[in-house]
Amino acid sequence: MRRWVLIAVPYLWLLALFLVPFVIVFKISLSDVALARPPYIPQFSWDDGIWAFLRELDFENYIFLTTDSLYWKAYLSSLKIAVFSTFLTLLVGYPIAYGMARAPEEWRPTLMMLVILPFWTSFLIRVYSWMGILSQEGYLNQILMWTGIISTPLTILNTNTAVYVGIVYTYLPFMILPIYAALDRLDGSLIEAAEDLGCSRFQAFWLVTFPLSRNGVIAGSFLVFIPALGEFVIPSILGGSKTLMIGKVLWEEFFSNRDWPVASAVAVVLLLILVVPIVLFQRNQQRQAEAEQ
Amino acid sequence: MTRLSWFNTVSLTLGFAFLYIPMIILIIYSFNESRLVTVWAGFSTKWYGELIRNEAMLDAAWVTLRVAVMSSTIATVLGTMAAYVLVREGRFFGRTLFSGMIYAPLVMPEVITGLSLLLLFIGLGLDRGILTIVLAHTTFSMCFVSVVVSSRLVTFDRSLEEAALDLGCSPFEAFRLVTLPIIAPAVISGWLLAFTLSLDDLVIASFTSGPSATTLPIKIFSAVRLGVSPEINALSTIMIAIVTVGVITASLVSKRNALRRQKDEQAAVQNA
Repeated sequence: MRRWVLIAVPYLWLLALFLVPFVIVFKISLSDVALARPPYIPQFSWDDGIWAFLRELDFENYIFLTTDSLYWKAYLSSLKIAVFSTFLTLLVGYPIAYGMARAPEEWRPTLMMLVILPFWTSFLIRVYSWMGILSQEGYLNQILMWTGIISTPLTILNTNTAVYVGIVYTYLPFMILPIYAALDRLDGSLIEAAEDLGCSRFQAFWLVTFPLSRNGVIAGSFLVFIPALGEFVIPSILGGSKTLMIGKVLWEEFFSNRDWPVASAVAVVLLLILVVPIVLFQRNQQRQAEAEQ
Repeated sequence: MTRLSWFNTVSLTLGFAFLYIPMIILIIYSFNESRLVTVWAGFSTKWYGELIRNEAMLDAAWVTLRVAVMSSTIATVLGTMAAYVLVREGRFFGRTLFSGMIYAPLVMPEVITGLSLLLLFIGLGLDRGILTIVLAHTTFSMCFVSVVVSSRLVTFDRSLEEAALDLGCSPFEAFRLVTLPIIAPAVISGWLLAFTLSLDDLVIASFTSGPSATTLPIKIFSAVRLGVSPEINALSTIMIAIVTVGVITASLVSKRNALRRQKDEQAAVQNA
């Protein structure tokens, strides 16, 4: 009896507030635009039977997504930004994780805390902190002009470059921590062995260290890629009107155009795109857990 | 491994400079006299004064705090229950669906979670306000709590619980007297995580809040869209200060507890 209550309470909560809302999104994405204008109240008339329900389904919102180039451009551009910024985060994050793993033992807890601290700080504030740096009269331009590297200010804020900077900056801890965990476990004698056997330092890194940290790299990359793909805050604060990301399109479709069926269809397609990386990520985690046992 | 090579020193220095300089600049310029945020015009704390007099901002802060306390507390209870079910209850009908629903919100884009919850609330005819934000925040943060707590439960020595049951505890007493004190650090960090997630959330709150309840991130977001402002810098500085003090205190406390446990264990070994 008690066991039953213990299972039922969180189960029902998640069913009601996670699964059912999804079904509603799915249903609205398949409903008629004209009928579904706000104030739209989802109606579930199962009384008519499953066939009537199926007959009501309407794929016109999805067809609309394929005809308007805005949407597939936004999906492609989100993918491009997410892939590229994941790669940049890896380039920035790997040396930091490597340096941490090679740092003296007594420094490591402090270094660890320094990586985790930004993670607890408001995401919004961390994104905002780059506005003052990247703007036309911002600190970066001031420094560059003062040192005479450039003579006219660069336009960085409100471009895709600023979005890359924002993603790398905010998701860096997600990349550093799994790589650090992998490097920390690494047996140092393997590298010594490689060097004894005639590898240069770089060869030892490339042939021994990097392959052995692969699981950390994969985990970190997914942890950056998955949220970056549906990102809304960074493109809307740092990006410009030309920055196309699907999270932003969904937001605007919903709040500005008030087109709920299309917004729902955008959400369903985004979810379908995310299924592949999420499944791959899960597999990687499972393999890693099995390897540890 | 005793000394850092120059490469590692450079990468650590540059890396941490990258992580911290933007926030340090933000803090410095919150004490700037001028409204022009990129020009230094002397030290002043006037923006903090402005902030305290800003009623709308204070209201939003109060709403945010209430939402965060309520949602993180409910999420901790539900998340701990869910973790216990996942780790201990073995097979039951719909277990795969259950664990799927625990892990899916962790990777779900916020825009989708927000949109789907809003459509649910409208379907139910719930007025959007504090209640709906609390429901939304509880739902995604209970999953984070459950992941944190279950990672502790997995490593937990089950024979302790069985001993309590053998000695006549009811299952609930065994949980309260044996399991809970041992997993308490994980439950507390779960609560803290849920609390910060709720404080920080912009997207889901924007979908699920109504005109009657504006949270601080919503307020900040609408101010930030107009450009950099010294008042927001001041607000950010306060938030960064609170988080820094909190994280450092938490790590010192956990370090002290670990030391004490080590000492206790040593004493126990010596007495035996």
